[in-house]
Amino acid sequence: MIGFLTLFEKEFLRFWKVSFQTVAAPVLTALLYLLIFGHVLDDHVQVHGVRYTSFLIPGLVMMQVLQNAFANSSSSLIQAKITGSIVFVLLPPIPYSAFFAAYVLAAIVRGLLVGVGVLLATVWFAELKVVAPLWILAFTLFGGGLFAALGIIAGIWSEKFDQLAAFQNFLIMPLTMLSGVFYSIHSLPAFWQGVSHYNPVFYMIDGFRYGFFGVSDVAPEHCLLVVVCCFAIVSLLTLNLLKRGWKLRA
Amino acid sequence: MAAAVSIVDVVKHFGALRALAGVSLEIGEGEFFGLLGPNGAGKTTLISALAGLVRADSGALKVLGHDVVKDFRQARRLLGVVPQELVFDPFFNVRETLRIQSGYFGIRHNDDWIDEILANLDLTSKADVNMRRLSGGMKRRVLVAQALVHKPPVIVLDEPTAGVDVELRQGLWQFIRRLNGEGHTIILTTHYLEEAEALCNRIALMKQGRVIALDTTANLMAAHPGASLEEVFVRTMQQ
Repeated sequence: MIGFLTLFEKEFLRFWKVSFQTVAAPVLTALLYLLIFGHVLDDHVQVHGVRYTSFLIPGLVMMQVLQNAFANSSSSLIQAKITGSIVFVLLPPIPYSAFFAAYVLAAIVRGLLVGVGVLLATVWFAELKVVAPLWILAFTLFGGGLFAALGIIAGIWSEKFDQLAAFQNFLIMPLTMLSGVFYSIHSLPAFWQGVSHYNPVFYMIDGFRYGFFGVSDVAPEHCLLVVVCCFAIVSLLTLNLLKRGWKLRA
Repeated sequence: MAAAVSIVDVVKHFGALRALAGVSLEIGEGEFFGLLGPNGAGKTTLISALAGLVRADSGALKVLGHDVVKDFRQARRLLGVVPQELVFDPFFNVRETLRIQSGYFGIRHNDDWIDEILANLDLTSKADVNMRRLSGGMKRRVLVAQALVHKPPVIVLDEPTAGVDVELRQGLWQFIRRLNGEGHTIILTTHYLEEAEALCNRIALMKQGRVIALDTTANLMAAHPGASLEEVFVRTMQQ
């Protein structure tokens, strides 16, 4: 237990010591998205009977939660691998399950902090209510956990920073940007609506948004089921890779 | 004498390269043991297999009777390893680094022992300095401190004095000798053969993944009267 707590604390401090870069910067990015898209579209677009800026805020919050949870675990691991300091966590008797839990939990905490930061920075620009806070919390935890686990896989798999960047730019970024952060999938042609249903991030954004407005494209129970299943599958895969020492122990 | 480390017929390949070709060794508790050989002999691979960083293709490795695969948690708890590469985590200062390393081994509130290690390695004045701002020699000392932070009964030093000035070397060996005197088993790899000659009771010479000579330092030297360990090493490698 002490090994897990120490690894979690170390992972937390690792991003907290550079919080200007790891927390403040993504908040600013989200704020810029809101200012630009909100300014252009707020007078012209309503989604689910909600003004566009209000609709956009929960999507931006969740997008940053996911992207930062992924960034935390993946960047920590690849940095440790490239500098060689990974040896400090491989030599001690830390079980692979504790290793997994510490990295995932720290990544969720970073995602949460960024999410709260985005919410605090953007809530002044639109009317926002909270209809179902438990749904918001559930999607934050499972969505953040899923992306944190994906970050562990990416961090272990990547041998160079550009490989990790490719994972981020060609998988994580499209999945999050094309998930309904900026639009309701009902505004898409039927084909792309169908495609969107194969994107697990769509369910995270949609379910998360339900917690604010009480309306969503898909029932929140359905969304949560998809997200929890994805989290369970990716977690089991990650645990299996860690148990085998894949790319960590030669 | 009980075995601090037991290595039985360990084989390891990296692709087509045979890094360890059936190594067997037994190191007794309290020994100061030298593992010597040229670059590529397999010393670091053997140490990595002992530490669980590398998985042997076959054979068995035990630390104080605990198998490094089946009983890895206990085996790792009993082992302290100073890695060969100069690695560090740039986010933390020296004291934080040592507290974190203690925590990884399940030890909280370890500051008394951390202070003692810092004093013995002449690092007390650097305790609050970030790792990035230390010189190479200082970083090497912190690596030694990290390996000792959980008071392991078996300590492996993989070229601990590479790039370290004479004064520190003397301080380091004084501290390691003291630990050995208190019962810690020390396994040393080094290219400074005069250090091995002065410190080690027993020495294994490795070449191309095999142990080609294994004896007490005195017996190895006696077999080549008048020769230094360096000369013994060169002659053995040429055979």
